[in-house]
Amino acid sequence: MKYIEGFRNADAGKQFAREIAIEGVKLATQNRVIRLMEVCGSHTMAISRYGIRDILPDNIELLSGPGCPVCVTDAAYIDAAIELASRGHIISTFGDMIKVPGSEQNLALARSDAADVRVCYSPLESIELAKDNPDREVVFLAIGFETTMAPLTTLIPRAVREGVDNFSLLTAFKLVPPALFALLSDPAVNVDGFICPAHVSTIIGSDAYRPIVEKHSVPCVICGFEPLDILYGIKNLANQLANDRPVLENQYSRVVKPQGNKTAQKLIETYLEPTDASWRGIGIIPQSGLVIRQGFSKFDASIKFSVSTEGGEPDINCRCGDVLRGTIRPSDCPMFGSECTPANPVGPCMVSSEGSCAAHYKYAR
Amino acid sequence: MCLAVPMKVIDLHGDNMGVAELGGTHYNVELSLIPDVKIGNYVIVHAGYAIEMLDEEEANERLEFFSHMAEAYQADSEE
Repeated sequence: MKYIEGFRNADAGKQFAREIAIEGVKLATQNRVIRLMEVCGSHTMAISRYGIRDILPDNIELLSGPGCPVCVTDAAYIDAAIELASRGHIISTFGDMIKVPGSEQNLALARSDAADVRVCYSPLESIELAKDNPDREVVFLAIGFETTMAPLTTLIPRAVREGVDNFSLLTAFKLVPPALFALLSDPAVNVDGFICPAHVSTIIGSDAYRPIVEKHSVPCVICGFEPLDILYGIKNLANQLANDRPVLENQYSRVVKPQGNKTAQKLIETYLEPTDASWRGIGIIPQSGLVIRQGFSKFDASIKFSVSTEGGEPDINCRCGDVLRGTIRPSDCPMFGSECTPANPVGPCMVSSEGSCAAHYKYAR
Repeated sequence: MCLAVPMKVIDLHGDNMGVAELGGTHYNVELSLIPDVKIGNYVIVHAGYAIEMLDEEEANERLEFFSHMAEAYQADSEE
């Protein structure tokens, strides 16, 4: 487990806790409480799993952001997937998606109604599935941020190369930087600094956050997902804020480059184009999504089968939208832990293992 | 969703595929996003795809810094 264990050293973590406490005292002398948003669901999960919130001073708060692609998937997208399954097509998906509520039911329930829904580990399996079922259509549920979008886009040239025609993607690709800008211009949202995602940044590069620091004077620190990476990021964000010196820092320089992965960017640019996208609980964010370019639309399931993936109606009592914007905590939702639990989720933040409600339910209740 | 783990590339096949190792287990990995990969490189793997190389020099520097942090904690705790 090289390059994993060393990033979990408990004594180093305790030293960071001491140094963060010093920053907390500095901020307290200025009468300041700072709110740091971890944008990415994998950070939310790591923060909960390692109990990081518990070792921070009271005036350094962590908020979970909209960074779980499962959580921001529109209910209509699930409805479209169920509709395609009801037409007899094979639905291939990451496991996280099968309990996400659509307008009326989820894919797990549809599966018990004889829908053919297959869970895969790697999206490559879905091409094999299409080859093994030449008389049927295989639709992969292609959701994700930049991290997942890059691998999924490789499926298009691979399907072309291998002559697989009975394969398509139902896309709900979303871009992280436009969502951060949308949050910063929302008056209800109060964020002093961003813990920026590790692997989204791997694709887009650290320079992608420069406009946030320069236009909004909000510090951004890119952190890996190991506990010491996160603690180091929190310490530096607190230090920057205490000294009124907001900058962009890349604490995950062992992987993230300033310009990102250019091969991945070129691939995305070749096959996908920007569009407005609907974020569940937040609404439409301009130019925050990507769809398959017209020249490759035979791989776009929404066009191939004429289904719409936007405009769904989630449960009206669900407060996931407020949780995703960091304006309430999971436990402030009246359904949290009663009507809405991981076994029986109402909102997507409770469905995904990386949703803030699921993390809160598992570790912080 | 965006979790990815460092693995060591131990074999390269054609068609952008290879084998990577983590904790003694071997995984098939798609490598088209990192065309310059060589056997022995550490790569970051997400959903069966290597999305970037891991820079070992940067990783080792950071590990050294973290072990100094741990020593600082131990020294302080002994006083």
